[in-house]
Parts: sequence; C-alpha cells; structure tokens
Amino acid sequence: MADHLLEVQDLHTVFPTKDGVVKAVDGVSFHLDPGETLGIVGESGSGKSVTVLSVMRLLQRPGRIASGRILYKGRDLAKASDPEMQEIRGEEIAMIFQDPMTSMNPVFKTGWQVGEPLRLHKNFDAKKALKEAVGFLHKVGIPEADKRADQYPHEFSGGMRQRAMIAMGLSTGPNVLIADEPTTALDVTIQAQILDLLRKVNHDFGTATILITHNLGVVAGMCERVMVMYAGKVAEQGPTEDVFANPKHPYTWSLLRSIPRLDAQEHEPLRAIEGLPPDLINPPTGCPFHPRCPFRIDRCIREMPPLEPVGPTQLATCWVTQAGRDLNEAAS
Amino acid sequence: MSTEAPARPKLTKAWTAAEPILEVRGLKTYFPVTAGMLQRTVAHVRAVDGVDLTVRQGETLGLVGESGCGKSTLGRSILRLVEPTEGQVIFKGEDLTRLGAAEMRRVRRDMAMIFQDPYASLDPRQTVGEIIGEPLDIHHLYTNKRQRQERIHELLRVVGLNPNFNNRYPHEFSGGQRQRIGIARALAVDPSFIVCDEPISALDVSIQAQIINLLERLQDQFNLTYLFIAHDLSVVKHISDRIAVMYLGKVVELAAAGELYRSPKHPYTGSLLSAIPIPDPKVERGRQRIILKGDVPSPVNPPSGCRFRTRCFKAQDKCAQEVPPLDTVDGHEAACFFPLQGDER
Ligand SMILES: Nc1ncnc2c1ncn2[C@@H]1O[C@H](COP(=O)(O)OP(=O)(O)OP(=O)(O)O)[C@@H](O)[C@H]1O
Ligand SMILES: Nc1ncnc2c1ncn2[C@@H]1O[C@H](COP(=O)(O)OP(=O)(O)OP(=O)(O)O)[C@@H](O)[C@H]1O
Ligand SMILES: [Mg+2]
Ligand SMILES: [Mg+2]
Repeated sequence: MADHLLEVQDLHTVFPTKDGVVKAVDGVSFHLDPGETLGIVGESGSGKSVTVLSVMRLLQRPGRIASGRILYKGRDLAKASDPEMQEIRGEEIAMIFQDPMTSMNPVFKTGWQVGEPLRLHKNFDAKKALKEAVGFLHKVGIPEADKRADQYPHEFSGGMRQRAMIAMGLSTGPNVLIADEPTTALDVTIQAQILDLLRKVNHDFGTATILITHNLGVVAGMCERVMVMYAGKVAEQGPTEDVFANPKHPYTWSLLRSIPRLDAQEHEPLRAIEGLPPDLINPPTGCPFHPRCPFRIDRCIREMPPLEPVGPTQLATCWVTQAGRDLNEAAS
Repeated sequence: MSTEAPARPKLTKAWTAAEPILEVRGLKTYFPVTAGMLQRTVAHVRAVDGVDLTVRQGETLGLVGESGCGKSTLGRSILRLVEPTEGQVIFKGEDLTRLGAAEMRRVRRDMAMIFQDPYASLDPRQTVGEIIGEPLDIHHLYTNKRQRQERIHELLRVVGLNPNFNNRYPHEFSGGQRQRIGIARALAVDPSFIVCDEPISALDVSIQAQIINLLERLQDQFNLTYLFIAHDLSVVKHISDRIAVMYLGKVVELAAAGELYRSPKHPYTGSLLSAIPIPDPKVERGRQRIILKGDVPSPVNPPSGCRFRTRCFKAQDKCAQEVPPLDTVDGHEAACFFPLQGDER
C-alpha cells in the first residue's frame, strides 16, 4: 500500500453524555495525499467536524478518541503527546473554522495574531513576525495590508476575517490545511472570493486541503475526491466526478436528486428524502440510513455493511451496491 | 403524507394575465442611527430605499440579494411589521400605509409570514396547539372550542404532521418539523398572501426539499401568492415564477426566473449567478467566474449614482453621477446604464 500524507484508519470518537454515549465518529477511514483537495460532506451532526477535530486532537471534553489510528507521515497522532501535537498544529497541519470571529481574539490586533504561529513555532521576533504577517495578509487579498494589520478583528468584515485566518494558517507553510465550513457564514459573492483564494493556495503552495462543507456545489467545484458521511460513518468516498455521476450509496444518490440546480432547464419537482436525520444516541439498527432508504433490503435493517470497493474507484457502505446493483438503473 | 410537489409547469400564461394582488410603490424604510448621551439621530440606515414591485395573484415572486441588502425589511414593511418611511403598499386595491390599527388587523387575516429560524420563531412555552391556535383566537375564527380544535388538527394534517402532536412542545421536534409548525400557524388565518423569509435556510439540506415541496403543494391547494425571500439563488429559481434581485436597498433587476438565469442584464446579477456553485463537477470545471472585489458597502452611506458601481467591472464615470432607473425591455427590468452583453454572461 502506498504511503499517504495522512491516513485515518477506523476512527471511533465518542462523547459520553448523561443521555448516553454519542458515537459521533463511528469507524471512519480515509486518506489524503500531498497537494490534493478532499471534500467531506454530510448533514448536520454527521461527524464531519469531530472527525477533523480528532485529527487535530482538539476535541472538547468529554469527547475522546476511543480507537483507531491517525497516521501523519507515518506517525500515529492518536497517540502523540501534547507537546508533539502542539508542534504538529503549529507547523504541519493548520485549521480554519466556520466562524472566524470566535477563533480570533478580539483584544489583539489582527497583524499580531496572524504573526503568532511564527513567533511561537519559528522563533521570529515581534517585528519580523509582523512584517511576515503583513506579507501573508497581502497574499490573501487584503488591501492596504499594513494598515489593516493594525486593526482589531471586529473592524474586519466576515470575509476579511476569514482571509486573515487563512493567512494565519498559511504563515508557517503547513502541508495540510483543514477548512471546516469556511464559507458557510458568508454571502455568496464573498464565498466565491474565499473559494477562489483556497484554490489559489492549493495551487501556489501545494498545500493538501480538507474542505468540510454541506454544499455539494462547493465540492463539485473544489475537490478532486470526496467523502460523504452519514450518522458518524462513511457512506461513500471516491473521485468527485465518479461519486456525482454514479453515486454508490443511496444517501448520496438521494441527496443529489433532492437539491435544486441553478442550471435546471425545466421545473422538475424535487425528490425529497423522506423521514428525519438519525438519532446518534439510539441509532437505527444495521445501516443508519435504512429507515429513509428507497433501496433497502432486509439485511440493511440487521447488519451494518463494511466500507468496501464498489466499482473501480469508489468505496461504499451499502449492501445493495456491493451486490452489484446500479442505483440509477434500479431507480428507473 | 407525501411531500412530492405537483409536477406543474412554471411560467404558464396564468400569472402573466393575473391581476396584481400587491403593488409596492416608491417604498422606503429607514432606521435611525443614534449616538451620544441624548441618543440623537446622526444618520439613517437606508434599508429599503425606493422599491417598486408588483406581485400577481397566485405567483411566487422570489427576492434575492446579499445579507443586509434589505430583503427582510422589505417583507416586514409590506406587512407593516415595521413602519415604512415613505411610499405605498397597495394590497388588493387598498393602501396599507394609510390604514389604522383596527383596519390593519382585518388585512392581517389575509397576509402571513413564515420566518427563517424555526427555533427562535416559536414560543418554547407554548404547545403546538397553542401556537397554531393563537391566530385563530386573535381573529375570532371559531364559534366553539370543538371547531377550534378541529381546525388545529386540520392544519397539522395539511402540513404533514400528526394531529396528535397537538400537546407537544417545539423542542420535541426536529428543525424541519418546527418549520412545518410555523407554516401551519401562517395558514391558520387562511391568508392569500404569504411572505416566506428564508424558510429553509436554517434546515438541513436533506430536509429542505420536503419544505419546498410542501410550500409548492400548499400554493396549488389554496391558491396562495408568495413573496419568497432567500439568498440561495438555486432554491429561489426553482420555486419562483419571477425573481427580483436587490442590492443595498434597491431592486436592480426583475425578470422571469428562467430568463433571469439565461440572460442576466445587471452585472450584479451576473456575478451572483456565477458565484453559485453547481453540484456537477463537469459543469463546474468549465465555468467562467466573475469574482467581485471587496464587500457590500454600508447602507448608511451608499455610493452615489449606481450603488453597485464600487464593485462593478463595467462601471464608468456616468455610474457615479446618475442613478440608473429600473427600465423595462420585454418584461425584463434592469437598472443599469451598461447592461451585460451576450458573451459577458
Ligand atoms: N461536545 C460535545 N458533546 C456531546 N456531543 C457532541 C459534542 N460535540 C459534538 N457532539 C455530537 O457529535 C455529533 C457529530 O458532530 P459534528 O460537530 O462532528 O457534526 P458535523 O457533521 O460537523 O455537523 P455540522 O454540519 O452541523 O457542523 C453530533 O451528534 C454532535 O451532537
Ligand atoms: N430594526 C432595525 N434597526 C436598525 N437597523 C436595522 C433594523 N433592521 C434591519 N436593519 C438594517 O437594515 C439593513 C437591511 O437589513 P435586512 O434584515 O432587511 O437585510 P436582509 O437582506 O434581510 O439580510 P439577511 O440576508 O442577512 O437576512 C441592514 O443594514 C440591517 O442592519
Ligand atoms: Mg461541523
Ligand atoms: Mg433577512
């Protein structure tokens, strides 16, 4: 097997709560290669954020990794010490969040904050860090970066704060950039600016990127590969083009047919996914999607399918497609 | 109950011939910005700044634009949930801005609003039955308790909820179910016109289609007219007959949904369309994008002339000096001196 830059194997992350144990991530495996962009999609609560927070070892209490391996350049981050993780987070893997306001400190000037990883991890003095920070603010498209560096985060618009976060993430030259819903809080035209910037970063710096989103359009335009999650598990993964053209999991298939497309010619009725998202404390038996699945067979109610190859490029957790059925054909 | 929408053709002749149910003329809604110890008014947020619109009986008019451009304020001004500063709102031939409180209450029986946030818009201490029953009480829409109860059950069934949910509280429901409760409440007064303010934005993608289909089915069933506000242009295009595009308090373009998508005239509409990702990797790869520079300016001090000129790639001197009027060519309205040409789209 080829060595991947990042390889997550059978990750289980749990949150013990008073109502029971939330199996937020329940057996997730994926990999990331240098320079590529991997999309993670799935509905609210499906475990996207907890997956990457586990990788970064930034889980909130009482969350913990119950089992699994997180191999980064061959090292298992699931077992790394706190100081080791601090170094990894500062220099190797950077993360940006949905709401940059909560991840920036309101009492420090933006330039100071963007320069912080450089002072901490590269031993830059204050002056040199600031100069470098201004350079990065400029690179991410903030006009008059030297003046802006002297302002506080609340003086920035949402789009500018997200740019500043990206600048901060990039400053130490990480190999991996994890962006968790980086544009969800932004307007469409600002979203387009930020996505354009992320494309440029990936292209110019060769930074491998994990992009979490619930927007299938964003994945279509940004990611070479995609992982679809449902109820803490991988529904399917594969090259974006294959997954969109020929989904191998009924959840992906249903989702793609339920969203309106801007380029639709006719007014076609949307085919809604019936039923409700799953309860993670008392998940359904067998495959968690079975109560909503139009292709369900008896086995799905009893037994969870493993993640296995379906077709030449995709992996899916579905008894129906693993048995060789094509969803598009089966539906017609 | 099925949430499948009827396969009805959009853009039939029906609405082009239909009577206007609502006409908005020169509508302005300003909010004071106060400062100092005396809270003196030092400026105004020009949230809605001269809007003209016609909504026809039975149609869905979509309203899109970026955050803060005045969509909600326009919707709320029409229902007089905020007081317009200037202009007219003519609903079924009557200027609502001139009505007194009692007359306005009569009109409110014919109009309703569905809100964005199904969590915040329902009172957590009220049961579902109380929430839906409240508008029935306010407008005295029943003669005895049994009638009231029957109406509540009927409304729950209409939106696809179990009538036995009557005594439960909002927190016992999912987001999509809560939005259905909000819709049932809006329908309680049997309105003919509903302002839907981002009714699906707070919902999970997998649930959104259920609500869109429900709104479409109810429209057919009860001959409703919708003003449908959203920032997701794909959804708006799907549900609307015509679409109005707003920028900083003004309508900059208005056309039939398909026409707006095929041949946008205002550069803002063009850039908005090109910013919407399409869930198809093959289409996305070949797409040309117009990426706008900068942010939306403040509605307290909007730019002179055309408000979009500071971000517009076609702006010229004239755009800073004169306000472009909303001109109509073949039923397609646009407010631009230099509209997009064929290959710029
Ligand atoms: N601190 C916590 N305590 C208890 N449960 C938690 C905690 N954090 C997350 N969870 C649960 O873990 C599950 C996965 O959450 P996660 O945040 O990964 O979802 P997500 O896919 O990122 O969703 P979203 O799209 O809403 O961001 C959810 O059911 C959530 O309620
Ligand atoms: N009650 C109010 N007092 C003062 N300013 C207000 C008030 N309501 C809205 N505004 C301002 O008016 C402008 C238009 O707001 P509005 O809520 O109508 O925008 P919107 O288009 O609905 O935005 P969004 O997409 O974020 O919902 C904004 O600048 C807003 O801050
Ligand atoms: Mg998340
Ligand atoms: Mg609004």
